[in-house]
Amino acid sequence: MRTWQRPHYLVPDKRWRIALWIAFFLYLIVGIGSIEVNWQRVYEGLERGGRFIEGFLNPNFTRRAADIYSGIYESLTMTVTSTVVGILLSIPFGMGAARNISPKPIYLFCRSFIAVSRSMQEVIVAIFLVALFGFGAFAGFLTLTYATIGFLGKLLAEEIEEIDKKQLEAIASTGASWLQRMHIAIWPQVMPRMIGLSFYRFDINFRESAVIGIVGAGGIGATLNTSIDRYEYDSAGAVLILIILIVLACEYLSGWIRKWVS
Amino acid sequence: MLKIEHLKKRYKSGPWVLKDISFEVPDGEIVGLIGPSGAGKSTMIRCVNRLIDPSEGNIQLDDVSLSSLSSSKIREQRRHIGMIFQEYALVERLSVMENVLSGRLGYLSFWRSFLRRYPQEDIDNAFEYLDRVGLIDHANKRADELSGGQRQRVGIARALAQDPRLLLVDEPTASLDPKTSRQIMRLIQSICREKALSAIINIHDVPLAMQFVDRIIGLQGGEVVFDGKPDELTEDVLTRIYGDEDWTDVKPDDEDDEQESEEAA
Ligand SMILES: Nc1ncnc2c1ncn2[C@@H]1O[C@H](COP(=O)(O)OP(=O)(O)O)[C@@H](O)[C@H]1O
Ligand SMILES: [Mg+2]
Repeated sequence: MRTWQRPHYLVPDKRWRIALWIAFFLYLIVGIGSIEVNWQRVYEGLERGGRFIEGFLNPNFTRRAADIYSGIYESLTMTVTSTVVGILLSIPFGMGAARNISPKPIYLFCRSFIAVSRSMQEVIVAIFLVALFGFGAFAGFLTLTYATIGFLGKLLAEEIEEIDKKQLEAIASTGASWLQRMHIAIWPQVMPRMIGLSFYRFDINFRESAVIGIVGAGGIGATLNTSIDRYEYDSAGAVLILIILIVLACEYLSGWIRKWVS
Repeated sequence: MLKIEHLKKRYKSGPWVLKDISFEVPDGEIVGLIGPSGAGKSTMIRCVNRLIDPSEGNIQLDDVSLSSLSSSKIREQRRHIGMIFQEYALVERLSVMENVLSGRLGYLSFWRSFLRRYPQEDIDNAFEYLDRVGLIDHANKRADELSGGQRQRVGIARALAQDPRLLLVDEPTASLDPKTSRQIMRLIQSICREKALSAIINIHDVPLAMQFVDRIIGLQGGEVVFDGKPDELTEDVLTRIYGDEDWTDVKPDDEDDEQESEEAA
């Protein structure tokens, strides 16, 4: 009689497999044990959390109304400008980073720029830019623009690398220049996805604008930070509710637009 | 007149794909390039408009040596060489009209084409070509809404819009049913006749080739193994091109032809 068992491709030797599992669980137990828990703090934290939820349930839109609305306004401005500028700049970077249409040196330059931009979290970039340009929306605008270039540039480059080459070849065979080839043969192939991704990035930029505000890059995040610092959880609740509403609205709108273009 | 002399091509350091090819195509002649797949047919015609750079040899169209032009100069010459593709190669998301007008790109500045400001003459001609290929009612449809045969007609109209002196045609019928294939071949043939265009047509359907071309060149392993009239294509020759097979069925059948051309018109 013939028997069959699925072979273990990853670690063929059974003894090794058992040893690895044991090592893994030992590490897990030791690791969890090494995290110190201060039960006193946990208790206080829970109490504060309770007050926070209470504030969230009874949001106070009025006490800091001026701060809140100027914060929202600044965040929205930051989001719109950085998204638009980011999109415009991500087009040349994305084209440069597409292996099938760019010469090697340009390809390498754009790829590394995008890789660096993507490897740095927005908050870290914001801390750095706030140090350079001071507190406020300008540092936030630069941060989000930079992040948008990395995000859209990479996705655009990938999109261009996956185009149907036959269409490009056909347009090249008519004697079209490089720019004409980009515009007539490539742009129609990547445009619908590019538009969808741009709106998606708009969402992300708004949410990020709240986060980087906390490290001093202006906008609603700064307002939120002040409220929490002063234990005004009802104002903080109001800010959070507004952020959630705006993000939901963006998401709904971008979903609708994406459906419409495709 | 297209003149090809001692053309050789290898990709990178791979084997020779074209080995010393020479032939001439007089104005107005339709040449069928046949041969098994991998023989080098696509490579051959792409060397002519320099979508692929030849490794050695000379290619001359009238008084211009295409093979020695710099890549910026070649664009000017490509305008005069229309190309038609196996899978139509239309820009799918553009309209039929935009696809036809894209044949004019080589004549226009970037800004004009970017703003879609085509000269009135180009637009008039484009409508005429669409009429010629029987698609005048589809001008504003998106290319991906058309059937295969219709798409190939758009491809033909785009090549015509270039106002070419030479057509390069790569397997125009390989993705079409037999009847549509004949209609497309007949359309290409009659357009070449009307405009006294010369053409090189890569085609693997031997009976179809024999019916619609003036001359056949057989390519095998990157070498010309036959060059002659369609009726000189004997079983012997086919064996030389494609290898041993029973070739008795390969004869052009042109009985039901006349009524088809009625339908096509
Ligand atoms: N871009 C390429 N890179 C390397 N080899 C290629 C390339 N294109 C074609 N070839 C090779 O060249 C030979 C001829 O191909 P092709 O010209 O497409 O033949 P055909 O059109 O007659 O089928 C084939 O062996 C193919 O593998
Ligand atoms: Mg081929």
